[in-house]
Amino acid sequence: MSNLEDLYREIILDHYRNPRNRGELVTPPAHKAEGFNPLCGDEITVYLQVENDTLVDIKIAGHGCSISQSSASLMTAAVKGKPLETVRGTIDTFKQLMTVHETSLDTEVEPEPVNLRALGELAALQGVVKFPVRIKCATLAWNTLTQGLNDLS
Amino acid sequence: MHERPIVYLDTAATALTPRIVIESMQRYYETYHSNVHRAVYVTAAEATEAYEEARIAIGRFIGAPHPADELIFTHGTTESFNLLAKSWGRANLTSSDVVVLTEMEHHANLVPWFQLRDEIGFEIRFIKVTDDFRLDLSNLNELLRGAKLLSVTGMSNVLGTINPIAELAAAAHAAGALIAVDGAQSVAHGVTNVAGLDIDFLAFGAHKMLGPTGIGALWVRRSILDSMPPFLGGGGMIADVSLNGFSAAAGIAKYEAGTPPIAEAIGFHTAAHYLESLGMEDIAAYEHQLTDSLLEQFATRFPERIRVIGPTTMEMRGGVVSFDVEGVHPHDVAQVLDQFGVCVRPGHHCAKPLMKRFSLAATARASFGPYSDESDIETLMTALDDAVRLFG
Repeated sequence: MSNLEDLYREIILDHYRNPRNRGELVTPPAHKAEGFNPLCGDEITVYLQVENDTLVDIKIAGHGCSISQSSASLMTAAVKGKPLETVRGTIDTFKQLMTVHETSLDTEVEPEPVNLRALGELAALQGVVKFPVRIKCATLAWNTLTQGLNDLS
Repeated sequence: MHERPIVYLDTAATALTPRIVIESMQRYYETYHSNVHRAVYVTAAEATEAYEEARIAIGRFIGAPHPADELIFTHGTTESFNLLAKSWGRANLTSSDVVVLTEMEHHANLVPWFQLRDEIGFEIRFIKVTDDFRLDLSNLNELLRGAKLLSVTGMSNVLGTINPIAELAAAAHAAGALIAVDGAQSVAHGVTNVAGLDIDFLAFGAHKMLGPTGIGALWVRRSILDSMPPFLGGGGMIADVSLNGFSAAAGIAKYEAGTPPIAEAIGFHTAAHYLESLGMEDIAAYEHQLTDSLLEQFATRFPERIRVIGPTTMEMRGGVVSFDVEGVHPHDVAQVLDQFGVCVRPGHHCAKPLMKRFSLAATARASFGPYSDESDIETLMTALDDAVRLFG
């Protein structure tokens, strides 16, 4: 049986209660991307300010459960001020963390270990994969960020 | 998966299936599995008889005066509304017409009308919902002026509100409109009598009334059927087909193209019979008592924390209870409850306009069936204590 403590780590609850980088940016110059989870009604808006291939600022608006909100908050803390190449690398690593479960089910081959150290605080979200229906909550902000970056490039 | 027994409080999504229902379907598959309305051999005749008996029994269950000729089997409530919109609606509505719906409808009674409006261009008006979770009938006659149809839920799948259908039917008819009722929730939890209510259409599904998934029905007042062309095309719904075209079958058959859900019709019949043997009035009274108990426990054990999104008194109210735990998102509530084996539904319950009306993205929802009991409520309360403790 999966433990709730695996899902609701203290760091996740902290980011849910005290979300970082919450708010809006003026568009333009900032760009905004919207994401929806049609199953549960969660909505998220990611505001991006990109200058010289660097994500100089990011803000999150919208509403959702503790997993979607804390994942968004942790994401902003991880990518703010970083070069776009690093941002994309972090997105890839995070998505890999979220797909470990499915990959191992499909192939029975041990998946490539995810570099948890590279993820820093984001590693707190690894418990989500034990609750498959919540993976969509955790990835909502990240998919919306990806969409925003794709819009810009 | 779970170390604890399941505490099922999600009957409004789908009801648990009694063994007798499963066995009746199994018996069909094992002993007289044949297609209906086609062959002359014995088991085919038995299957046809069982299918048509199901139609009559389910028609009687809702008080249909002519059950053999008025009850169309569909794949569920959603398809029933699509049939209503695409058959009756397309043939009877024009761009100058009006359809009246309400703010508390399930998407199944909204989207088919939006689709048809986008095609034809009629006007859709909405009966508002008051702050105390009832239909605002103060301007009903004004809304119904010039309307051809009022389509309304018998019982909200979010609020638990039971609507005054007989009163609405009288008002609709006085204004020259027909009335369709979404019985998805109401049919399973109390007595339904289409003749007594004087309604024109009733859409409902088997799986919310202890039956199988994949089957439902649209009951249509017999005199209206003449104005309803066929819905889906294919086998079973025709009188004749040539390379030049087709002519539709007479009667109810023209709305049932293709092989129908036969085993499911048999299971549906068994479920209706089982409910009748329990007694719909007794089921209503029992669930009334459980709902009253749940509302009281919310009020006494979580007075500052839990807000019920729906009526807090039992007048015109069914056993569907949406609630908001302050500071805890419904998904997280449901996740913690799952650890206790408690099944509730988080989300917008396919009623996004209603959610917006109350500035909510989602609620958690507990709902009762005839198999629910007080111990389910007790486990729910224990689990909610834990959710509140975890999220502070």
